[in-house]
Amino acid sequence: MHEMSIAGSMLEAVRAEAARHNAHVMAVGLKIGELSGVDVDSLRFCFETLVQDTDLAPLALSIEPLPWRNRCRQCARDFAVVDYQTDCPHCGSAETELASGKELEFAYMEIEET
Amino acid sequence: MRVPMERKVLNENDRLAADLRQGFERHGTWCVNLISSPGSGKTMLLERTLASFELDRKVAVLTGDIQTDNDAQRLARYGFPVRQITTGGACHLDARMVTTALAEWKPEEIDLLLIENVGNLVCPTSYDLGEEARVVLLSVTEGEDKPLKYPATFHRADVVVLTKIDLLPYVPFKMDLAREYIKRVQPHAQILEVSCTSGAGMDIWRQWIDAKAAVAKAC
Repeated sequence: MHEMSIAGSMLEAVRAEAARHNAHVMAVGLKIGELSGVDVDSLRFCFETLVQDTDLAPLALSIEPLPWRNRCRQCARDFAVVDYQTDCPHCGSAETELASGKELEFAYMEIEET
Repeated sequence: MRVPMERKVLNENDRLAADLRQGFERHGTWCVNLISSPGSGKTMLLERTLASFELDRKVAVLTGDIQTDNDAQRLARYGFPVRQITTGGACHLDARMVTTALAEWKPEEIDLLLIENVGNLVCPTSYDLGEEARVVLLSVTEGEDKPLKYPATFHRADVVVLTKIDLLPYVPFKMDLAREYIKRVQPHAQILEVSCTSGAGMDIWRQWIDAKAAVAKAC
């Protein structure tokens, strides 16, 4: 359940940004990669639990899940890794590397100036 | 109004980890982060490793657990500085805990820092501790499909150590399948097989540590 720690870090960041913009934060957007090690449902639950009954409520959370994608070092194209098949489906090369999927990042905030 | 917010969620942890990494590089310290399920043999591997070092070697150990300092007591018997990090509930170590635990040691007196994470195959994954190498242990009493079940963890492994191989005759673990699954999730991971009981494979593990630590020292 490291999602609780992660939700706590999110709220710290939201508070800092709110102070910086001198605004109330209405919503926050996140990008979570398939290889981030974070469970989306669990994070949502922890986030809602931490937010409720605080001055941040109501605070909406929008999560964009990002699939695991690799890029081919031979033909430079990228592709979705399905069922752990990391060989390039375009040219067959086994020389591929991670292009996306590890993200645990903020994307945006919806703010309302106070 | 929508404003972009391009930063990582664990920004603060990453910042502290980057500070740690910079300090390690400056002092020629090589740092390893050991991750596995509870009971895969992290403490045992560390015990055998410490027992094999010359006593003048500059080695230090941090060991993380939710409760008790049992592991630190086990590891302290080998004559090297050991510090227990008791997380009091947290399922992983983070860079702040490591920073605090290291504060009383002189960084120039550590060439090799071994960090035993809290036994957990999920939660430690997201937390960079400033390590140069991440080692994931998988014991043969577990399922060989663990890499497929916990891809995020195995994907970040530089080395996967398959432990307790002396038990292979008694368990249904299929070594070739385990190797295939690890390679599927992380093709670049080096795979070692060890038994802390019989000592099999320990020489290769030691060679790996020694080679990496020597490079870090020379930089």
